Amino acid sequence: MTVSITSYLLVALILFCVGLYGALTKRNAVVVLLSIELMLNAVNINLVAFSKYGLYPSVSGQIFTLFSMTVAAAEVALGLAILIAFYRNKATVNVDEMDEMKR
Amino acid sequence: MTGEFVAFFILSLLTIGGAVFMISFTRVVHMVISLGITFISIAGLFVLVGAEFVGVAQVLVYSGAISILMLFGIMLTKHDAYDEGTGRKWKNRFILLFVALVFALLFWGIQNTAWPASPPPAASGVSNAKEIGLVVFTEYVIPFELVSVLLLVALIGAIIMAKKEGDNE
Repeated sequence: MTVSITSYLLVALILFCVGLYGALTKRNAVVVLLSIELMLNAVNINLVAFSKYGLYPSVSGQIFTLFSMTVAAAEVALGLAILIAFYRNKATVNVDEMDEMKR
Repeated sequence: MTGEFVAFFILSLLTIGGAVFMISFTRVVHMVISLGITFISIAGLFVLVGAEFVGVAQVLVYSGAISILMLFGIMLTKHDAYDEGTGRKWKNRFILLFVALVFALLFWGIQNTAWPASPPPAASGVSNAKEIGLVVFTEYVIPFELVSVLLLVALIGAIIMAKKEGDNE
């Protein structure tokens, strides 16, 4: 029993599907942001796995992971800032009540 | 049964278990804690693949910064929030079906692709962090600088978004 690239891809696939389900069904906006982080992490696992087990193993996959981590951190910071501004105005964090631009 | 397989099994079990518990909990604070377990286990998986630097960055950025930031976000909004999910049954079932379809499609794709046989581990003379540093500062200099500009923009943007409206001095 050795660990092949398929094992890593399957773990990443399960994480991605769980994150997708959470992002589509949860009501609290903080939980939706968390689920998006889970999906980004699944992609990071894929990149790192290919940087070792891919056809041309190189360190570039790990560098892409670092870049995507940076973008994810910026996204979380901005998302929470928007969430706090929204909560101050509307006193709710539920995504199904964020329909100001639809009415 | 090599040691690598045992470590991979335990770490992936913790990873998936944390994610599934995140979905099934109802209190938002518990969700963040269980996702913290997932993030730390993913860092362990990175170390297992041989990406020590990325693993340490994962611990610092995800299980350190992002989990704490999420807890801040919960405490500053509804600090005892519950999440029962959207109450519409047919919508949840449709989403579950859609996600299962995506899972089946990707699973089929992964199983039916001829992956290259894993090459013998190339024993590079330099450490992982030094290798990353060498490549970042020779091939990826401009993306690196752009990412720093992105972080600065996100910092200023977050301050402006979260500032109270009305005090324009």
